Amino acid sequence: MSDNPRPDTQTLTADQGTQTPSPPVKHRKKEAKPASLWSDAWHDLRRRPMFIFSLVLIAILVVMSFWPSLFTSIDPLDARTCELSSARQGPSPGHLFGRDNLGCDVFARTIYGAKNSIIIGVATMAITAIIGGLLGLIAGTRGGITDTITSRITEVFFAIPSILGALLITATFRDAGLGIWIVVFALSIIAWPMTFRIMRAAVLTARSQDFVLAARALGAGQSRIMFRHLLPNAIAPVIVVATINLGGFIAAEAALSFLGVGVQSPDISWGLMIADARSRFLEAPLPLVFPAVFLSITVLAFIMLGDAVRDALDPKLR
Amino acid sequence: MRKTSLDTLPAEGGLGNEPLLAVDNLHVEFATRAGLVRAVNGVSYSLNPGETVAVLGESGSGKSVTAQAIMGILDMPPARIPQGEVRFRGTDLLKLSEEARTQVRGQRIAMIFQDALSALNPVFTVGWQISEMFRVHRGMSKRDGMKKAVELMDKVRIPAAKQRINDYPHQFSGGMRQRIMIAMSIALDPEVLIADEPTTALDVTVQAQIMELLAELQRESNMGMILITHDLGVVADVADKIAVMYGGRIVENASVHDIYKSPAHPYTKGLLESIPRVDLKGQELYAIKGLPPNLLDMPTGCAFHPRCPYRQDNCVTDVPPLHEISGTRNSACHYWREVLDGDQR
Amino acid sequence: MGRYVIRRLIQAIPVLLGATLFIFAIVFALPGDPVEALAGEKRQDPAILAVIRDQYHLNDPLLVQYWHYITGIVLEGDFGKTFAGVPVTQLLAGKLQVTLNLALVALTLEAVIGVLLGLWAALRRGRATDTAILASTLLLISIPTLVTGFVLQLWLGVWLKQAVGTEIFPIAGATQGLKSYLLPGFVLAGTSIAYLTRLTRTSLVETLRSDYIRTATAKGLSRRRVVGRHGLRNALIPMVTYLGADLGALMGGAVITETIFNLPGIGKQLYDGVYLREQPIVVGIVTILVLVYILANLVVDMLYAVLDPRIRYE
Repeated sequence: MSDNPRPDTQTLTADQGTQTPSPPVKHRKKEAKPASLWSDAWHDLRRRPMFIFSLVLIAILVVMSFWPSLFTSIDPLDARTCELSSARQGPSPGHLFGRDNLGCDVFARTIYGAKNSIIIGVATMAITAIIGGLLGLIAGTRGGITDTITSRITEVFFAIPSILGALLITATFRDAGLGIWIVVFALSIIAWPMTFRIMRAAVLTARSQDFVLAARALGAGQSRIMFRHLLPNAIAPVIVVATINLGGFIAAEAALSFLGVGVQSPDISWGLMIADARSRFLEAPLPLVFPAVFLSITVLAFIMLGDAVRDALDPKLR
Repeated sequence: MRKTSLDTLPAEGGLGNEPLLAVDNLHVEFATRAGLVRAVNGVSYSLNPGETVAVLGESGSGKSVTAQAIMGILDMPPARIPQGEVRFRGTDLLKLSEEARTQVRGQRIAMIFQDALSALNPVFTVGWQISEMFRVHRGMSKRDGMKKAVELMDKVRIPAAKQRINDYPHQFSGGMRQRIMIAMSIALDPEVLIADEPTTALDVTVQAQIMELLAELQRESNMGMILITHDLGVVADVADKIAVMYGGRIVENASVHDIYKSPAHPYTKGLLESIPRVDLKGQELYAIKGLPPNLLDMPTGCAFHPRCPYRQDNCVTDVPPLHEISGTRNSACHYWREVLDGDQR
Repeated sequence: MGRYVIRRLIQAIPVLLGATLFIFAIVFALPGDPVEALAGEKRQDPAILAVIRDQYHLNDPLLVQYWHYITGIVLEGDFGKTFAGVPVTQLLAGKLQVTLNLALVALTLEAVIGVLLGLWAALRRGRATDTAILASTLLLISIPTLVTGFVLQLWLGVWLKQAVGTEIFPIAGATQGLKSYLLPGFVLAGTSIAYLTRLTRTSLVETLRSDYIRTATAKGLSRRRVVGRHGLRNALIPMVTYLGADLGALMGGAVITETIFNLPGIGKQLYDGVYLREQPIVVGIVTILVLVYILANLVVDMLYAVLDPRIRYE
């Protein structure tokens, strides 16, 4: 099966740059020692406005997630703050973004919506990076039958359209009482093969380098070679893809919630807000536009971060 | 003969004593992240019809950059030509418009490259690539172009040319690929052929065949050839004149005979002494000590001074001018007399 | 080549089986009893329900059910029936057409816009145009379909209609032929356009650095011919590969777009199928999409051999 350059269309975004779409575009090897690679990258990153900008955005979003009351005095989970009689009212002092279909404050709900997006995005990224990364590391290091079996399994996952797969899983387990973690679970099942594939390819590249062959010749054990020699040299592309994917997971969460199989009311999610505002969208666009803008900025922040890190680690791409 | 001639360029002959091609005080520099690299620093040489000038030097000496500047195939930026002239039949090519230069390239001055595998386009057949010259520059039909391509492939002695016309570059051996490269370059009977390390990537036996072919083609058409190489051994049989480059400058300029007999620059001398010789079997092979200069941080004075056995104090401070030794011979060494006499060392 | 195709098809079988089994297992685990859901509020005779269950092999273990399903497809091209008795193939035929139309419109937009933008950026590399194009691809990648869908629906569908007086881009349904697919097609293609633009740019920039481009310049060819014939022809290889593989991905990702624009395609049908627990519909749709994915990849591999003569299949 040839590598599908991008296994997913809609929301989960895989990194184009670090995958090799075809033979003429040669894969860029990281030949430098990891230490200097990282310090070079850091030196480079500190001077990139895009990197600083995305970090600031992400910091604001994290603060927003855990201390939403710093931004708004209204608690959107308290039903008494909603006034059905002023539903879809435009922006006014105290209600900057106006009110939604149920007369609840759009600004407060948008602020509180950040939390689920960030949690789901970060958790899914962590799980896929650990599972996919570890399996990729093992498959790449051991090769042989282990590699064949795991690679075959990932092919099966690549063949399933990801948003549909996630939709099926969330729909199946929606009554399992997992809350927002159902989304993390579904996205992780669907997305780990991406990390796997990238880690495996990076390990295979690192494995044939001289210092690894030397370590092997000197009789270093397999686990030592794996964690001391291969992992540090293969982790860079995984980190880049994980960061970019994080943005994709946040978008995917919104899509699933929009379709009604993700985050469920009374929990707040931007995707859910978009779905709720949808029915009266053409007459009252604001309750849809604000969560949409926040969602886009959040995804943008992580993709920018990933882009900046990739450029810093791989200057040849520019 | 020539169907397309440029208004600006005389089709045949030169102006008075003007040679076919003259590089005059050429400077090329590259703006890089690490700083300005002065790759070529005032290089001059000339070429007459039927003549072969060998430009000799290590990688980084500026020999290839000079050739690319003549062809006009440098990427500008990062490259820049702050001063100098490249006169072809009396006209300074550097002052021509891009359009006019395109007319010179390939038709009047052609070039062959070191690695024919990467220099030939992998997705087109060799016949297509050779016949492209006729289709684009001579307006020939595909059929006629292909016929010409077969003739050319025969001429450069590719066996079964007719059957192989529709093969792709990767289906040929290294030597055959270089022959295809040559066929393409001589397609429109250029007056000047620049061969940039044409045999470096090849086996020794194939090297000789290619050099022989080039010499033969040159004799037939009376074209001038600039042979760029780092291999003195290749030069001896084919070249008329030699220009030795070091650190972006010409350090010695002479006829082949003179150079082999008695070099007038310590670098040339070192190069000659590092050629293995049968009559000196068993002796230790000489090697020029030290490393080629760092282009970002050139030594002061004479660029060769850190490696030079003849070094005196003024070599560190003064850039040696190109001293005239005889009418056809120059050396950029303060102590060329000592080198010529071969005392010291 | 023929043998290669056969080998590749054989290799695809485990992938197809694995993917359908995975989907089958999930759908098997879907909560609730579909037969009872079908019967609705009315109390049906348990004996009749038992017959229906038996008919649909609902009492058999998972693997046995799966076996019946797969053999049905392979032997009779039968993707099963809905519980209302309509063959899945018949139900899906029209919907598949809608999704295919949508995906093809998206693919066309993607190819045209992506290649042109990428080409433009590559030729202006490092200058303002290039930076602007790269920045807009970043935006296009970052803004979820969900957002572009609604925003464009509002701007181009509603406001533009008000401003111009006539409807240029229909915002719902698939009743106006190609026209109805333009806006949703663009929304669906959004991310892909951005990726193809970047890929085209990278690939062309890299190609233009190669030795054979230098040779082409040295042959005295015009810049236009050097880039257009020698450069683009080589840069095309990864681009076509990407486009080919993207068709399946676009079809699979169409569910959001179809929901926003009320297009009766398979994405929407799948969504309904999940809710109604219509297992044959769900599995049928995913199976078809997996097949599309596998075939698209096969076609891409074939194209590869056509585009790059260095690749030969034994």
